Amino acid sequence: MKLKSPLEVYKYLPQTNCGECGYGTCMSFAAHIIDRSIKPHDCPPLVKGAEENPDVKKKLEQLIELTSPEVAEVVIGSGDSAIKIGGEDVLHRHELTYFNPTAFFYDVWDTMDEKELDERCSKVVEYKKFYVGRYLTLEGIAVRCTSNDPDKFRKVVKKVAGYGKPMILISLNPDCMKAALEEVAEQRPLIYAATRDNWKDFLKLALDFNVPVVIREKDLDMLKSLAATFKQQGVKDIVLDPVTEPIGEGLKGTFERVIQLRRTAILGGDKDIAYPIMITPIAAWLVKDADNITKAYWETVIASIFIVKYGDIMIFRSLEPYTVMPTVTLRANIYTDPRTPVQVEPGLREINNPTPDSPVFITTNFALTYYTVESDLSSANIKGWLLVLDTGGLGVEVSVAGGQFTASKVKELIDKTGIEQKVNHRYLVIPGLAARLQGAIEDETGWKVLVGPTDSGRIKGWLDENWPPKSKE
Amino acid sequence: MKLTLEEFLELLRKYNIESLEGIKIEGDLEIEIESDNVDVGTFLASVAHELTMAAQHITNALRLLGYPVESLPTLPQVPQPPQPQPVVEKIEEAGAPSLELVKAKFTPYKVEYPNAIQEVQLGATKSEGGSREKVVKLGGEKSLPFYLFDAPQPNLPVISIDIFDRKIPLPKAVREHYGDVMEDPAEWAKKAVKEFGADLVTVHLISTDPLLDDTPAREAAKVVEEVLQAVKVPLVVGGSGNKEKDPEVLEKVAEVAEGERVMLASATLDMDWERIGNAAKKYGHVVLSWTQLDVNSQKTLNRYLLKKVGLPRDSLVMDPTTAALGYGLDYAFTNMERIRISGLKGDTDLAFPISSGTTNAWGVREAWMKESPLEDESPWGPRELRGPMWEIVTGLTLALAGVDLFMMMHPGAVAVLKEVINTLGGKVKETIEADDWILMEE
Repeated sequence: MKLKSPLEVYKYLPQTNCGECGYGTCMSFAAHIIDRSIKPHDCPPLVKGAEENPDVKKKLEQLIELTSPEVAEVVIGSGDSAIKIGGEDVLHRHELTYFNPTAFFYDVWDTMDEKELDERCSKVVEYKKFYVGRYLTLEGIAVRCTSNDPDKFRKVVKKVAGYGKPMILISLNPDCMKAALEEVAEQRPLIYAATRDNWKDFLKLALDFNVPVVIREKDLDMLKSLAATFKQQGVKDIVLDPVTEPIGEGLKGTFERVIQLRRTAILGGDKDIAYPIMITPIAAWLVKDADNITKAYWETVIASIFIVKYGDIMIFRSLEPYTVMPTVTLRANIYTDPRTPVQVEPGLREINNPTPDSPVFITTNFALTYYTVESDLSSANIKGWLLVLDTGGLGVEVSVAGGQFTASKVKELIDKTGIEQKVNHRYLVIPGLAARLQGAIEDETGWKVLVGPTDSGRIKGWLDENWPPKSKE
Repeated sequence: MKLTLEEFLELLRKYNIESLEGIKIEGDLEIEIESDNVDVGTFLASVAHELTMAAQHITNALRLLGYPVESLPTLPQVPQPPQPQPVVEKIEEAGAPSLELVKAKFTPYKVEYPNAIQEVQLGATKSEGGSREKVVKLGGEKSLPFYLFDAPQPNLPVISIDIFDRKIPLPKAVREHYGDVMEDPAEWAKKAVKEFGADLVTVHLISTDPLLDDTPAREAAKVVEEVLQAVKVPLVVGGSGNKEKDPEVLEKVAEVAEGERVMLASATLDMDWERIGNAAKKYGHVVLSWTQLDVNSQKTLNRYLLKKVGLPRDSLVMDPTTAALGYGLDYAFTNMERIRISGLKGDTDLAFPISSGTTNAWGVREAWMKESPLEDESPWGPRELRGPMWEIVTGLTLALAGVDLFMMMHPGAVAVLKEVINTLGGKVKETIEADDWILMEE
């Protein structure tokens, strides 16, 4: 967005601090505009004023223009399963955050065995991977028209629509595309693709059915020309496919095209190409003389490169766990908002079915710290009780220094979790980096405190020496 | 006289210029002036007169250079005027209104960084005082990794394979490749180089750990000599991670490997970094400066090594910590990316090659566990295929952040990452038609 500070936004607001928006002041509202958690339309007086006063209307329109994302946002699908792609404002996540995670679509085709089609669609619908307290899922299904038969394509698309997932419809033949759109246009599929050869027909389809459209073109002058033409003709929802070439010089060229497009959109302010970018890792399946595992590996490689670098929507073939798990996880990592420290729920965790004799450990609720400790304990087959202290998402060293990790908070946590009823001892193992709290925690809780290693990877060796404790009190 | 935008802004600030209105700067971030004797007033006037880009550009360019844009005079928000678009290819269709293709030219936005990453050589040949047949050069980048359209990248990232001076527990998928050599570091190193194509080898002297075998430094250093005999690639030598023992061990290693330009791994802020730095300086080695996911600590430790120890700039590599895919990779990626961008923008404390302990990926349960411990997750599939992928994706992500040296273990992962590096680095010429997937019937 063009405006960079709350003060700049504030100038466009009523400045009455009426609070109707739910925020105390107009400045606070402005700050939320800047972090993109709300939109100008969330200011009731501004919206109301715009209906009555042309000057206010102009102000509102200006504000919308100046606060809209650098890269256009495109909605695919309808209802609850609709997804947003694009809408990005920065080249590097630390400059703000990335907003709309790369959407993953998996292919089926209209000449495919019906049973296999059902299996693939179900896999897409059902997939889930646990990650930091939630499930990662897959977005949609890409239906390819391999029959070149409009009726056939229409039937299969209708069937796939029944799975309720957003769809990409794939055919370069406008007749086939038209047949499918007559069936499912209301579900707002993304149509693939307008090319330099068929663009007039696809322009008409995009306008007639009001659906988002992909423009596929390798030459960036031509790609820009096509996009500018579509925009001029009134198409708002455009996705750019600069053509994913799967190997060698071709992949290197793809990398260059994608970076140049996004960099020129965000830093160069070129609105004609400021659209979401499509990547087709599925092109890896064209590699000759390679087995399916090699193809699936390379597909994952291509996807990973462009999850990190500006791919907003992707079409995949492989639904194997060894390709889906790393890509959904990488996407979750890259699209995590770096502005908020990642936290886990504080409380008590049972590691490897602990018994009343098992040691009690404590760590912080900074996700990275927590998951490190948790996985170190589980993978070393250590049975233990793990207390997770709410430090506001800070690591051990920082929270001890900053006063978020204190003896009184440890006492509170012990009481709240009822750990005293679960174990038959009173020994607490604290992180080596919290050693200086040893005395204070003993005084506050009445437990005996043992100082563990500074790295949880060394807990196993440490336990061999120190557990069970030499003398039980 | 060539002036970077950064210097230009420095001038503006120095002369207390209140407003940038009317001044326009070209997008390539460089301003050239004919003479050295230009007074600033004339210079500014000429700039204002001659250059012709929108003011928005300045803000963008400043942000790019890391300037706190807010602290500058407010720039007018100038909406980009619609550019006149010449029309070509007028096509008349029977019965349909005519449609014209708007002809547009795509002009890539140019980015140029003022600084380059320090080049560091690992290993030394006979004529350089060592005994390596091959040396490895890290760094030298002038733009972000693989942005070859910005600037050539003199040295592509390299891969080192980890070996250990005692048998250690490894995930099955990794162990099966090294089971026959794990008792013998020299054979292990040979296998890593000859069979798996390692550019260099990292010897971890973990047996020196007082909690393990507590091998004396002198004895551990002998292993390094054996490995130097066994392979002709450069070496990285690591301690056990014990803060008290490592300086002593690495000092001894530095002594026995004098002249070989090994990388001593690692110096950290909470150990005697001075001793390690001095050993490297005395015997001509490189120090790996290791910090925990924090750019400021990295800066601090680098400064200590450069300023207090007096380590030459060509003898420092950084390990800003590799957190694995799913377990903090976002922090590791962003930390490295920020460090690299800072280095390119001119922060000389951070303009060094980056090393990644990519093997860390194997610590993640998704890489090695047989199946998901959670009941309602989708199945995890065979770990033999999942584990290497975890190492590849961790490495490849960090390659895009700026890593120059990967320390890895699985031979398959090494091969795939190498192919990625060579492809994006422009070393793989072969290419294939990319359209056919649309219609493929399988």
